[in-house]
Amino acid sequence: MSTYWNDKNSPMNPVSAPDFLPTEQMRELQLYRLQGVVKHCYDNVEFFKNRLDEKSIAPDDIKTLGDIAKLPFAVKTDLRDNYPFGLFAVPMNDIVRLHASSGTTGKPIVVAYTEEDMKVWVNVMVRSLAACGVSSEDILQNAYGYGLFTGGLGLHCGAEALGATVIPISGGNTNKQIMLMKDFGSTVISVTPSYFLHVVEVASEMGISIKDLPLRVGIFGAEPWTFEMRARIEEQAGIKAYDIYGLSEIIGPGVGVECSAQNGLHIFEDHFYPEIINPDTGEVLPDGTEGELVLTTLTKQAIPMIRYRTRDITKIMTEKCECGRTIRRIEKISTRSDDMMIIRGVNVFPSQIEAALLTIEGTLPHYMIYLTKEHDLDCLEVKVEINSTQFGDTVSAIEGLKFRIAESIKSVVGVSVKVTLVEPKTIERSQGKAKRVIDLRNTK
Amino acid sequence: MKIQQLSLFIENKPGHLGSICADLDRYGINILALSLADTTSFGILRLIVDDWKKAKKSLEADGHVVNVTEVVAIEVPNHPGGLVKVLDAIENSEINIEYMYAFAGNPELNTAALIFRFDKSDAAVKMLSNAGISGVDAVSIFN
Repeated sequence: MSTYWNDKNSPMNPVSAPDFLPTEQMRELQLYRLQGVVKHCYDNVEFFKNRLDEKSIAPDDIKTLGDIAKLPFAVKTDLRDNYPFGLFAVPMNDIVRLHASSGTTGKPIVVAYTEEDMKVWVNVMVRSLAACGVSSEDILQNAYGYGLFTGGLGLHCGAEALGATVIPISGGNTNKQIMLMKDFGSTVISVTPSYFLHVVEVASEMGISIKDLPLRVGIFGAEPWTFEMRARIEEQAGIKAYDIYGLSEIIGPGVGVECSAQNGLHIFEDHFYPEIINPDTGEVLPDGTEGELVLTTLTKQAIPMIRYRTRDITKIMTEKCECGRTIRRIEKISTRSDDMMIIRGVNVFPSQIEAALLTIEGTLPHYMIYLTKEHDLDCLEVKVEINSTQFGDTVSAIEGLKFRIAESIKSVVGVSVKVTLVEPKTIERSQGKAKRVIDLRNTK
Repeated sequence: MKIQQLSLFIENKPGHLGSICADLDRYGINILALSLADTTSFGILRLIVDDWKKAKKSLEADGHVVNVTEVVAIEVPNHPGGLVKVLDAIENSEINIEYMYAFAGNPELNTAALIFRFDKSDAAVKMLSNAGISGVDAVSIFN
């Protein structure tokens, strides 16, 4: 199907028009919408009213975009504490969709959408896909999990609205993923990077090279991944791998996305207002400075969110993007403050270990990080699978590889590491979000 | 003189060696020579088998990572000093032995077989031939 907005001759998808809005106009729109959402929260959500009253702030105090700094932050536990429906700003009758976080600890976090919210979500998803060069000509294999997780249905609705052909296969069932990818000629896959690696691996065992299939684009999200991982994926599968960013608390996937430049993620800031703060003091940091990303939903009706702390560490990029979009970009996120490990007093992020590991020629992107205590001292162990190309038949070759991996990690994180090489396919493959850190320090 | 050796990386865990040998048994592959290099955390199993292509394919189908290395197999008289003559020839060349293993071979001919992994295997073959040392192929090691 060809539609007016993705006609190949058209220089851009008209749905993407707000991506190119002059900055001044965007700021005007943001202020207007910010004032609206603060009022909406104050009038309809007791939690936000109490928070604002505590600080003696009234919605009318928001006169400029800078005034957002006066507003209190919201955090994940606020959603949990108000489980299930405490933060809803509209009657249940107006809610058309509920989603919930995976809820690994205790109660899940519930998020909700009105009909209008769904339109916004679809709109930002269409703009996301368009930015990754996806059009109605494409066949999109959606390997994100369907269900309470926002990833599956978020991608699904967006791709359908774009006019692409959607294969709603969901996560898992790897052999079938490969069979359909081949038989249906999928050109785009949306999936977590860790699961895609598994798909590539299984395909190769079946004697199928993804490189020989029509697949050309991957939309990867739902877990942090590094530039080094991207290089591996693009090389192994012969595709362009784009990063998509989102979180259920804000809307799901489609908060931001990479464009053809693959240099930072554009935030759809006509709907989600980004700030970077110092995570320790809460102070707003200028563009270009690294800190914690804070998002305010400018248009959300069902569960509006004011200054939500994402725990994601990034910075707002100041240079103009070569794709021409004027909406601001954040740097690709490979760090979540939640993921930080403190090893012998040193702050270490799993992404640093992944990046260091993948710089070594011949390593496989299948690894697991173990934290243990030995004589009351924190120990960092990284288990890495060995593959046939790196596998020499001499002890010295393997010891040399271990040494190079350990040195590479140590030089980046500053903590010595025990590297253990393991046989292929002994590290569990993820079907969704990968779990790569096992902390055994507080268990006996 | 040059033969193909299979090598496998194995973690230092009970049962790993046994499972590989059981796989070979299942595919009807005979092991002619075997050596196991061990370290504290892993081992390298090196095998000379009667049909290395079939063995490699079978082991890989079972999920093992198999490396093929060219090694040099030679035959020496099975009596005191048999090995010394070979080592003398190697010592006088610029060739390094990365590892080797030996076993008593054909009982009728009273010979022993030596498997060498050299840093330069082509040069090694030439040098050994010039020194009048005879090679042996995989199948004839025991026959």
